[in-house]
Amino acid sequence: MKDLLELLGRNARLTNAELASQLSVTESEVADQIRAWEQDGTIRGYRAMVNPAMDGKDTVTAFIEVKVTPERGGGFDRVGKRIAKLDKVRSCFLASGGFDLLVLIEGADLMDIATFVAEKLSPIDGVVSCATHFRLKSYKENGFLFTDSENVERLPVSP
Amino acid sequence: MDYHSKIARHLQEIPRSGIRDFFELVIGRDDVISLGVGEPDFTTPWRIREAAISSLEKGETSYTSNLGLNSLRDKVCGYVGDFFEVHYDGATECLITVGVSEALDLALRALLNPGDEVVFHEPCYVSYSPSVAMAYGVPVSVATKKEDGFSLKPEALAEVITEKTKVLMLNFPTNPTGAVLSDEDLKGIAKLCVEHDLIVLTDEIYSELRYDGKRHLSIASLPGMRERTILLHGFSKAFAMTGFRLGFACAPQPLIEAMMKIHQYGILCAPITSQVAALEALKAGEPVYREMKDAYHERRDFLVSRLNEMGIDCHSPGGAFYVFPDISQFGLSSFEFAMKFLEAEQVAAVPGTAFGESGEGFLRCCYATGMDKLKEAMDRMERFIATL
Repeated sequence: MKDLLELLGRNARLTNAELASQLSVTESEVADQIRAWEQDGTIRGYRAMVNPAMDGKDTVTAFIEVKVTPERGGGFDRVGKRIAKLDKVRSCFLASGGFDLLVLIEGADLMDIATFVAEKLSPIDGVVSCATHFRLKSYKENGFLFTDSENVERLPVSP
Repeated sequence: MDYHSKIARHLQEIPRSGIRDFFELVIGRDDVISLGVGEPDFTTPWRIREAAISSLEKGETSYTSNLGLNSLRDKVCGYVGDFFEVHYDGATECLITVGVSEALDLALRALLNPGDEVVFHEPCYVSYSPSVAMAYGVPVSVATKKEDGFSLKPEALAEVITEKTKVLMLNFPTNPTGAVLSDEDLKGIAKLCVEHDLIVLTDEIYSELRYDGKRHLSIASLPGMRERTILLHGFSKAFAMTGFRLGFACAPQPLIEAMMKIHQYGILCAPITSQVAALEALKAGEPVYREMKDAYHERRDFLVSRLNEMGIDCHSPGGAFYVFPDISQFGLSSFEFAMKFLEAEQVAAVPGTAFGESGEGFLRCCYATGMDKLKEAMDRMERFIATL
């Protein structure tokens, strides 16, 4: 049933019947497996991949590189978990390289994000510095292309 | 100018393609849902397109060897060895062509003397009979039956073999029926070919696209068959590369050499960009077409069950991307049915007769189109047959 996760990862709106027919298993096996994954946290949720250029909202997204002083025992975890809990934060990763945490946040406008960085993020104990980059355009997110689909004309009838 | 007297007689005797007639009726109509295509609805996988682009960037724009790029021929023979379990030498037993269509034409022209008979199963791909006639051969068709899942039965084949029969053409999975051959029938056919000393042209273009869970067996891999078989294959279907126009032939060296004579003067070589793309396709292998194949499989199951549910008898084909439902119960010819369906519901499906007379009473519906369109087409089909 490992393929089930792959199919859902690509399109979570397939019905159990459709999933079952593609995997040659029964609908109830699909339902049971999905429920088990939802319960054990393998599946955390489902959401649509919305193209931000077309959602009619004027929100602003920023990627913030955060440098953190690691702590004895916990490393970056305490700060990472604390940042992750903030509402505006969409994603928060621990990364290797020139900074420690990569934080994706969504705000109403530039000021909203500036306030967030100044008042919420920077003051957290252990945060050393923040470098904020604003998103200008999305080409691809989570495997979904946001560029125009290739609309190639094909002959309506061919041998 | 009396052009009629100028154009070669044997060409004039070849009738216009039925599919072209139908094409002209469809073209220019808006909002048609087409089940009439003979190619994947997918664009060539990006990895393959990127290889072609980068080849152009590097300036690879020259002729290649007449036979094709050495690297591609080696890779083709490796792929054929793995997939079909028949082994060929890339240097001498492989020719890269402009699609299987060219390879088929070369093979027929290389083999036939005027009057030689070529046997093929029907309904079949539109070019088989005309290609034989253009090579001055005599096309001999064997009708396959719905009851047999449109596969070729050795007994039926035995009935049409004569002293003049020189070549047998096979295409399983078949365009337009999606038929596959059982191993037992294939062995029976091979036995007949050995008994009657026939050459076999096996068009393997849909071999990767099988949904019946069985390993594809090529006649070339059966005992005693390699020496008398020309294996034809290409990149159009599994790899969704129709517009690249790239195929190949694998056969014993004397046969390849004979085909090469025609190819070198007529074509010179297959386009280098397409050859580079094909090389990349083979490097990528099965993973690059797995998703497309899974999608075809799902659509096949959907079409077969919808058609049967609405009372149209349709066998579940083992491969390719066509279903071939029986519409004879409605008392219309295939052409009339297809025309009325097009006019009433704006859905284009090709009349079975475009693929030979034995296609009368059937319709070819291609499922290389999106599921939403297939669903809509089937709803319209159900509405349409209720009016008949």
